[in-house]
Amino acid sequence: MEEFLSSTIRGLAQGSLYTLLGLGFVIVYRGTGVVNFAQPALMILGAYWTSYFALVVGLGFWPALAAAVLVTALIGVAVERVALRPMVGEPVFSATMVTVGVFIVLQVVAGDLIGLELRQVGHPWGLEQTEVAGVVVFQSDLAKLAFTATVVALLWLFLRHSRLGLAMRATAASQETALALGVPAGRMFGLAWAISGALAAVAGMLVATGGAGFSQATTLVALKALPAIVLGGLDSVPGALVGGPIIGLAEAYTKTYQDDLFPWAGDNVDQVVPYVVMLVVLLVRPYGLFGTREVERV
Amino acid sequence: MRGRPELFTSYQRDQAPLNTPAKRAWLGLLLVGLLVFPFSVTAELTALGATALLSAVGAIGLNLVTGYAGQVSLGHAFFLGLGAYTAAVLSGDPDGRSLGYGLDMAIWLPAAGLVPALVGLLVAPVAIRLKGLYLAIVTLGLVFIGEHLFRELAAVTGGPGVGRPAAQLRLLGVDLGRRSEIFGGYPITREIKLYLIALVVLVALAVPAKNLARSAVGRAFAAVRDRDLAAEVMGVSLTRHKLIAFTISSFYAGIAGALLPTVTGFIEPGSFNLLLSVQFLAMILIGGVATLSGSLLGAAFVVLLPRLVEELPRFLPFVTSESTGGVLTTFQLQTLLYGVLIVVFLIAEPRGLFGIWVRTRNYWRAWPFSY
Repeated sequence: MEEFLSSTIRGLAQGSLYTLLGLGFVIVYRGTGVVNFAQPALMILGAYWTSYFALVVGLGFWPALAAAVLVTALIGVAVERVALRPMVGEPVFSATMVTVGVFIVLQVVAGDLIGLELRQVGHPWGLEQTEVAGVVVFQSDLAKLAFTATVVALLWLFLRHSRLGLAMRATAASQETALALGVPAGRMFGLAWAISGALAAVAGMLVATGGAGFSQATTLVALKALPAIVLGGLDSVPGALVGGPIIGLAEAYTKTYQDDLFPWAGDNVDQVVPYVVMLVVLLVRPYGLFGTREVERV
Repeated sequence: MRGRPELFTSYQRDQAPLNTPAKRAWLGLLLVGLLVFPFSVTAELTALGATALLSAVGAIGLNLVTGYAGQVSLGHAFFLGLGAYTAAVLSGDPDGRSLGYGLDMAIWLPAAGLVPALVGLLVAPVAIRLKGLYLAIVTLGLVFIGEHLFRELAAVTGGPGVGRPAAQLRLLGVDLGRRSEIFGGYPITREIKLYLIALVVLVALAVPAKNLARSAVGRAFAAVRDRDLAAEVMGVSLTRHKLIAFTISSFYAGIAGALLPTVTGFIEPGSFNLLLSVQFLAMILIGGVATLSGSLLGAAFVVLLPRLVEELPRFLPFVTSESTGGVLTTFQLQTLLYGVLIVVFLIAEPRGLFGIWVRTRNYWRAWPFSY
């Protein structure tokens, strides 16, 4: 039972990362109609900048995190302005392929910055554990959950209760109408990428709190946010909130119980489980759990 | 219509391959060039040429499903891997460390295409239910699931970091994987043989691809790509044509996957990853989407690019060929260039190298009145 509870916490914590990254995907998708394959690279850059400002510059953890969020958001804006803005009006497929190209470029840049060693972000939680209701959990896992809850709440406040958020939602609903009403649609695209970059930076920092730090290969973690949002529905914010934990839990339970239940599947099968879950769900519901079914007219 | 070779009076003539004298001349020149190439350059460049030709086979496959039929597939690497291991297992040494049946190339080469085609047929139903970006993400999942399988099935693949020998080039009892001499002492190296096999396979697969693309099925692909709903209303079966596209594309990928590792003679299970898929996407995006010549141009470009980059450290001091140090290593620069080129081509010339060729041709055709 305790094993079950502790892997549940671990799964939820991991899933909250997918939620953060997934929200970034969803915001860019709704804002611009593009799946942002560059998000994983933004995440690893976020982790790098946190590490850089905290440990190389020596700002201390919290200012470093703020600086990293800002820098990564700016990178997001720059990418949108340079690579994605010329693609407005082009087929979605082409624009998405541009983000694949951007992903490759940013990953090389991040790899070059990070180098070959494992890096730390200098976070205050270390490897310490606390007991919550009789279950021993890592503080960093609790931090992940707390961070995600806070960020999601802030994002909800921003999108629902601010002028800018309203403008963003208007652009997502209909670019032309928004433009006609005086919303600068281009700037909203940039804003979507900035938010996506900021979320990626927070997620990157949290990924690196797992004790092991982060390296170039950590990018693959962020790709698992894709099954999470496809599961929830590409254009659905609640989808990302639900899809993330589902994928995280599936991964954690597989890791815990695989040796007893299906050892034949091989080591590290938990890394693949998200994709398997995604395939199965999509067979039944092609637009995910909460995704909008496309209504088509001839 | 003597003397007016470009006046077409029937649809058949208009759609025929090589319907102008210029095209025939260019193709002839190209074939002669390709045949002379391996006998006039070093073994290393010949091997690179063979890689380019075989990659072109894979690129044609991806172009059929992504370019012509419009179904974005990031899962090409998975089908390449399937082909590679089917071939390696069927042809492998029966007494070797990894599973092998010691069969002839006449058996393993078709099988290396058919097995991925079958798997493609099995995966296609998922793909048929999905559209656009959902499909791209699902095929991405396929790559990761495939990578895991290749890592874990150590009896077949040798396991990560170990790998296994690639397929043996033994056709009807004749060993094509070894140096031999013809005409009393003129040496034919392993690389040259490999290159010629690659050329034959490419021609044998490019011609049916061209014919498919200009047939009713090819036009149906284009209809599905451009507006799937309209296509269905006009009586084009989406299910049927997506199924055909995926199956044929996987067949081409399998053949390319089977022969590509024979160039180095070795298969490493980790090599069938996302980067490989992106490389093949880069080939068709840089070369030209939904054109056959584009696939060939793109494959040649993407394969030759790393070789050119390797020459760069001599000219650019900040690029290093060592694994560390310098601002950029050559490997990083190679990867970086794929990314940059994909972005630049999509923004500046969406029709790729083929589009550049068309514009150059039209410029000179109207010369000196080029406005």
